[in-house]
Order: sequence, then C-alpha cells, then structure tokens
Amino acid sequence: MELQANITSLAYLVAAVLFILALRGLSSPETSRTGNFMGMLGMAIAVGTTILSPEITSYGWILGAVFVGGAAGLIIASRIAMTAMPQLVAAFHSLVGLAAVLVAGAAYLNPGSFGLADAAGQIYIASRVEMALGAMIGAITFSGSVIAFAKLQGLVSGKPVTFAGQHMLNALLGLGAVALVVYFCLDQSPEVFWGLVALAFVLGFLIIIPIGGADMPVVVSMLNSYSGWAAAGIGFTLHNNALIVTGALVGSSGAILSYIMCKGMNRSFFNVILGGFGGDSTAASASGGEDDRPVKQGSAEDAAFIMKNAGSVIIVPGYGMAVAQAQHALREMCDELKKAGVKVSYAIHPVAGRMPGHMNVLLAEANVPYDEVFELEDINSEFQQADVAFVIGANDVTNPAAKTDPTSPIFGMPILDVEKAKTVLFVKRGMAAGYAGVQNELFFKDNTMMLFGDAKKMVETVTRSF
Amino acid sequence: MHGDFISQLSIFVLAVFVGYYVVWSVTPALHTPLMAVTNAISSVIVVGALIAAGPADMSQAKILGAVAVALASVNIFGGFAVTQRMLAMYKKKK
Repeated sequence: MELQANITSLAYLVAAVLFILALRGLSSPETSRTGNFMGMLGMAIAVGTTILSPEITSYGWILGAVFVGGAAGLIIASRIAMTAMPQLVAAFHSLVGLAAVLVAGAAYLNPGSFGLADAAGQIYIASRVEMALGAMIGAITFSGSVIAFAKLQGLVSGKPVTFAGQHMLNALLGLGAVALVVYFCLDQSPEVFWGLVALAFVLGFLIIIPIGGADMPVVVSMLNSYSGWAAAGIGFTLHNNALIVTGALVGSSGAILSYIMCKGMNRSFFNVILGGFGGDSTAASASGGEDDRPVKQGSAEDAAFIMKNAGSVIIVPGYGMAVAQAQHALREMCDELKKAGVKVSYAIHPVAGRMPGHMNVLLAEANVPYDEVFELEDINSEFQQADVAFVIGANDVTNPAAKTDPTSPIFGMPILDVEKAKTVLFVKRGMAAGYAGVQNELFFKDNTMMLFGDAKKMVETVTRSF
Repeated sequence: MHGDFISQLSIFVLAVFVGYYVVWSVTPALHTPLMAVTNAISSVIVVGALIAAGPADMSQAKILGAVAVALASVNIFGGFAVTQRMLAMYKKKK
C-alpha cells in the first residue's frame, strides 16, 4: 500500500513536469508541437495513474463519460473556425469551472471516499476551506465565462451593462461569499455549501457584464487565470500535487496574459475589471471634431497603384479583419505584392483582436509565414521607412491622439506609428469611431487615403486591380 | 493520502514561480495556443472527478463525478486537438 502510494505520487510528479515542458515548448513555433505532445503524454499519465488506483472499482460510467465528452471535444476542435477561437476558449474555461464545482460538490457529499472526514463524518476544517474556495472560484469562472462566451459569440450585446450601485453590490456579494467560507468551517450543512456556490455563480455573472467587447482579451485571460486557481484549490482539497502544480502554472499564465493585455491598453487591471469603458461615446465629438471635415477617399485601383509602386508595405490587421474573414484574401494580395518585388511585413498590436495572439493565429491560418509577422516593439521604428501602411480592421491602436492628446481616453496607450509611413491606406466600413469612442485624427491627415467598404471585398478588388 | 498543508503550499508557491518564468518566455505569437493548452492541462482536474465517479455504489457524488468527467473530457480532447490544429499552421517562409 505504501509502495503503491509512492508510485502514484511519482507518476503525478512526472505528469506535472511534462505540463511544464508543454508550456516551455511554446517559446518558439518549432518546439511547440513537441511541447503539445508532452502535454498529452502528461495528461495520459495522470489519468492512467488515477484509473489504476484502488479507489476506483467501477469503470462503466467513467468510460461512458470520457467517450461522450471526448467525442464532443474532438468534433468541436476539428470544426471550429479560427476566428471563433476567443469564444471557444471562453466556453472551455466555463467547463473547467463547472467541473471544479462538481468535484468540490462530490467531495462535500462523500468526503469519506476522498479521505477528508473523521469517523463521525465531520469534514476536516482545512478541507472545508479548500473545498469551499475551489467551489467558489470554480463557480465564478463558470458563470463569468458563460457571459464572456455570450458576448464574444454575439448572443448578447458586447456593450457594457452598468447600473447604479453596481460596484457596491459586487463588493457586498464578495464579502458575503468570504463570510460564507468562514461560516462553512463552523457549520457544514448543505445550505451553507450550496448557498456559497449559488452566490459565487451570481458574482461571476455580475463581474463580467459591465466589461465591454474590446476588453475581452483581458477578461478571457483573467478567466484563464481563475480556472487555474480553481484547479489548484481542488488540488489542495484532494492532496494531489499534480493538480496543485498545474493550477499554479495555469493561474500564473492567465495572470501574466492579463497584465500584458492591460499594458497594451495602458490601463490598470482594476480600470478594466470595473468596466463601463467604451459604453457611451460622449468623448467622440469633443476630442475629434465632427465628421464633416474632409477626408481623402480612394478606390481599390488607387490603392493597388500606390502599393505596387511601393518599396515596402506594412500591414496592420485588427479585429475588423477577423469579422470580415479577410485574412485569406489579404494574404493573396500580399503574395501579388511580393511577386512585384514589394517587401511586405505585418505589425500586430498586443490587444488586436479579442484574445491574446488572435491575429497571429488568423494570419498563420491564411499561410502567412510567422517570420513576416512582428510585434509592436519590434516593428514600430520601421514605419518611418515604410512607403505604405495598410490598416485593415484596426482603429484605436493607430490613433496618434494616444501620444498627443492628454484628454483622450486612450492617452498613453502604446500605438503603432502608422502615421509615419509615407502613405496610410485605411480600410474601413465607414467613419464610425472605434471601441474607445474617439475619432481617429489619422483619417484627416494629408497622407491618409480612406478605402471605404467591406475589408474582404476591398482586398479582393485591390488584388484584381494589380 | 494526508499531505501536510505546508508542504503542499510550498509546492504551490514554487510552481507559481516556475509558471511565471516559463510563461514570460512564451513568444507573443503563440499566446492563443498558450491559452488553449493551459485550458487542456487545467482539466487534469479530471483526476478528482474520476475518484468521485469510481465507487461501485450509486450516490449523488458519483453522478456529479461522472458529469465532471464528461466536462473535463471535452476540454482535454478538445483543448489538445485545437492546440495541435493551430500549431500545425505556424510555418516559416519558404
């Protein structure tokens, strides 16, 4: 028995190390596929070890559940469009959260089988704290992710939902949840445990509704982090080191991504979480002037002529490119440019799209080689030598007001210096302001030419005009 | 099975540091696959679900455990598969 417990612990340790290597592999695209394989191997070892443990005596339900869940997962993974990746990840987070709640619930209902209670059925105090925290964080992750999914999928409006006293209500509910965790240590009755779970569900819902669509990169990263902390909480409950290590890895990963996203917008984490940003556009007319100022409008033929005679073109994609599904057409356009001897590169802003790295995946899907794609700090100095900056579906991340206008809501946000290129071509459906609700000064500059229309159609027409 | 809380906490804190350094070394181009794969590995929570679903006797805990096994399986299979699909698309210039 002792020997078997040791072997089990060692196997979990191997699994945890393999998970670390899986993340380590992502430091470069060449090593990433091996890394992913190590992750699968780690999971197989962890699951295999558990299945063989003496606590498990009946396999029918387990096999059925793995079959149903696994088949659903594989079908979803093979069919999902790359543009829908943010909502898929949000949906997956919700499942981790719900699984954490269910496992904590099972441990609460049957503490004996997990070795968490004394002979009289009293759950140990430490285990009560751990299972309560695991269930609470899991429930917040679940309902928060469901809302994030609904916003990203367009099932509900991406606009922030705010009401008077919102932050006070959230603070009270948060304190109430903490109080219930403490009270659960004194009284292990079902009302307290399930009351806590219900409260946490409501809290997760209320935390996410005030946050607007374009802040979703932060939200998705934050929920990623929560799902990790929930797993770690369950790991403490079950005294399982593989789960503790994995939860810690995922928790810190999500936290770092949230930090990177906040920095990409020059906003504090709390500013994003408190929400309401981009809800109304009162600042739009105040800071940018009215739309009746003249803009230079061009046709696809003009754009084709300018780009074909350019030495270098930098493409700046944004969320609009994803919405229009224009990435394949864009790559075809760039192939033509490269054939004509034009140097093409891509510039990605940290918060472009709806999740970290969203644009990179879409460009990779369209067969754009990853060594033509650059991050903001690596390419920003090159705009001044570039002949053309081709902005497609991005807006706020190119707005020079972030550098020049201290009253602008986006002041201080790092931006791509597209205005330094000799010519700026701006593909846009109309003159509407971006997410931040501010007018983009760039539209009115002499070296800017607006190309109005659907991103995909515009790019296709440009390609035909070469 | 009774691990000492302090030793568990030590493992947890050290793992947070490991995660911190490993994740900062991930290239920003792979941040979406990073989220997908962290999602898949956090579903190692399935080990708790398996133990809950494992006993031969019928109970509420067994039902919760079996549902949790199914949910975590969606994530494990779906998460690794979609990560694989994304990573296969990252190619160098020919």
